[in-house]
Amino acid sequence: MNIITFVKRVPSTTANVVITENQLNPEGVEFVLNPYDEYAVEEALAIKEAAGEGSVTAISLGAGEAQKELRTVLAMGADAAVLLASPLAPAADGATTARALAAAVKGREFDLLLFGKQAVDRDQHGVGPAVATLLGVPCITEVVKLSVADGKVIAEREVEGARETIEASLPCAITCQKGLNTPRFASLRGIMAAKKKPMEVIDVDLGTAAVEVVAMNMPPARPAGRILGEGAAAVPELVAALRNESKVL
Amino acid sequence: MSNILVVLESRDGSLRSASLEAVGAARLIAEVSGASVLALATETCELDAGVLGAAGADLVLMAKTSGHSAEGAAATVARVAKEHQASVVLLAATVRGRDLTGRIAALLETGFAADCTALDAAAMTFTRPILGGKAFTTVKINGPVAVASLRANFFAAAGREANAEVQEVVAEAGLSRVTAINAQSGGRPDVSEATRVISGGRGMGDAANWNLLEAVADAIPGCALGASRAVVDSGWRPHSEQVGQTGKTVAPELYIAAGISGAIQHLAGMNCSKVIVAINKDADAPIFKHATYGIVGDALEVLPALAAELQKLNL
Ligand SMILES: Cc1cc2nc3c(=O)[nH]c(=O)nc-3n(C[C@H](O)[C@H](O)[C@H](O)COP(=O)(O)OP(=O)(O)OC[C@H]3O[C@@H](n4cnc5c(N)ncnc54)[C@H](O)[C@@H]3O)c2cc1C
Ligand SMILES: Nc1ncnc2c1ncn2[C@@H]1O[C@H](COP(=O)(O)O)[C@@H](O)[C@H]1O
Repeated sequence: MNIITFVKRVPSTTANVVITENQLNPEGVEFVLNPYDEYAVEEALAIKEAAGEGSVTAISLGAGEAQKELRTVLAMGADAAVLLASPLAPAADGATTARALAAAVKGREFDLLLFGKQAVDRDQHGVGPAVATLLGVPCITEVVKLSVADGKVIAEREVEGARETIEASLPCAITCQKGLNTPRFASLRGIMAAKKKPMEVIDVDLGTAAVEVVAMNMPPARPAGRILGEGAAAVPELVAALRNESKVL
Repeated sequence: MSNILVVLESRDGSLRSASLEAVGAARLIAEVSGASVLALATETCELDAGVLGAAGADLVLMAKTSGHSAEGAAATVARVAKEHQASVVLLAATVRGRDLTGRIAALLETGFAADCTALDAAAMTFTRPILGGKAFTTVKINGPVAVASLRANFFAAAGREANAEVQEVVAEAGLSRVTAINAQSGGRPDVSEATRVISGGRGMGDAANWNLLEAVADAIPGCALGASRAVVDSGWRPHSEQVGQTGKTVAPELYIAAGISGAIQHLAGMNCSKVIVAINKDADAPIFKHATYGIVGDALEVLPALAAELQKLNL
């Protein structure tokens, strides 16, 4: 079982966001492995372990710093890492990212491609299915339950108010949602072993972006609200305000 | 003449309402550019030409296939987009819609913008939240076709007086296929799509107290239940109800937060709600800085009073 996982270095969700010149100001921002990609890495490792053979390769399109997150993935247990290096990578749009990732997969053997359902910086929910489409393989998104056996994939995902079961054949792409598994932490031994594992760095040219950023802003400030009162006694005033002032009831 | 193509989503043979919002958004672009609005159902379903025409569609196409395959649906959309020279393809940013957006862009060799909350029809730019809603970006798609998905509750059906014509088209085959779909939410709308939401946090004290939230939800038509991550992590409520940066993003007209402190990751998921009501016993809780109306008090006492007051209105 040969598995490729796709991982991105992203700002932590606890980061305080400051926008300068249409970009996230990185000052004081902690960067981490995208939380949804941890599920992808864990699933890849678990599937390889269950199969008893094969390899897990992690690919990241990122600036040089993303080697740190790739080392984390190696420390978790992946066999090899590839950094597609471009200074423009962190801000690249989904379609441009997908093209670069698909090009890097071509010529590599794989049974499974594992993605996070979303990178928590650009929140595009689209790189996984776009890469799969460019490679001509099926893709199942937002998977919370996965079984892979006899060349067949059966996956479950939650859609609005329902749960879907989806089937496909290998090779196949999956995007991972919270609930799929509990990602492992890198052990001390893993961290030591990671230092000796191969990390390929390939410079890439992203070409013209498929999506151009015209502006980036902070969310509009909410108008100041008001405290109506204390306890159950304030309820009639609340209901009246919702009905007559805000007109939402 | 270029066209605006809208992808219609259905479940159990009926059209999903989020699709009508996307049709309305397409109408906004059509009014500026003079284009026509084409709506395409990627699988056979019940389609009302009157409703779709009123929402903004000029022509409705329905692919003849039953069951959903993401690859098949994306290929059908891409083919129809080419046949009809679509300059814009719009989808609802549902789980299925998000799944299709990147694929359609890949097939049409263009860029995409996911989860848009606003569009400028004259400049053809899309605005979308990034970093879990902590910032917004406005983008222009540099390609032959602009592919975008639209978040629920930010756009509306046009509400015009017009009828649309329905035609059948051939469906493309897919690779993966949906083999089962089981309803889960016990009759309530999904929190990501509802126009009214009541969410509970750790301050609710116990899973058993959710009957208090349910009583309020029952008194407000179309009200969904939501929860903070603390509640989901405690196993009180399912992950499908989690609102926030690692849960669902919501933008209802009314969001009631009971016993929720207002952590940055929770706010990121509900800050775009039109009216926010906070019920918290701590007058200094951060949620009050973001609330339209606040009540300082014990949610276990305030909620039954709220349910009783709402029941009187018979909404
Ligand atoms: C990577 C990451 C992602 C996260 N993603 C999310 C997310 O998607 N969604 C999310 O919600 N959180 C998320 N969080 C967690 C977030 O930081 C908070 O921990 C969480 O939102 C707190 O939930 P809470 O408000 O229910 O609980 P608490 O913070 O414990 O607040 C409980 C509140 O209830 C009040 N209270 C207590 N008793 C009563 C009572 N009887 N009546 C009225 N009020 C009462 C208290 O005053 C307090 O304000 C994330 C955190 C991280 C690190
Ligand atoms: N720069 C990148 N390098 C590697 N994988 C990526 C990159 N960007 C996105 N991905 C993968 O695609 C998933 C979805 O990202 P997105 O579509 O941007 O929300 C992520 O969880 C990753 O698995």
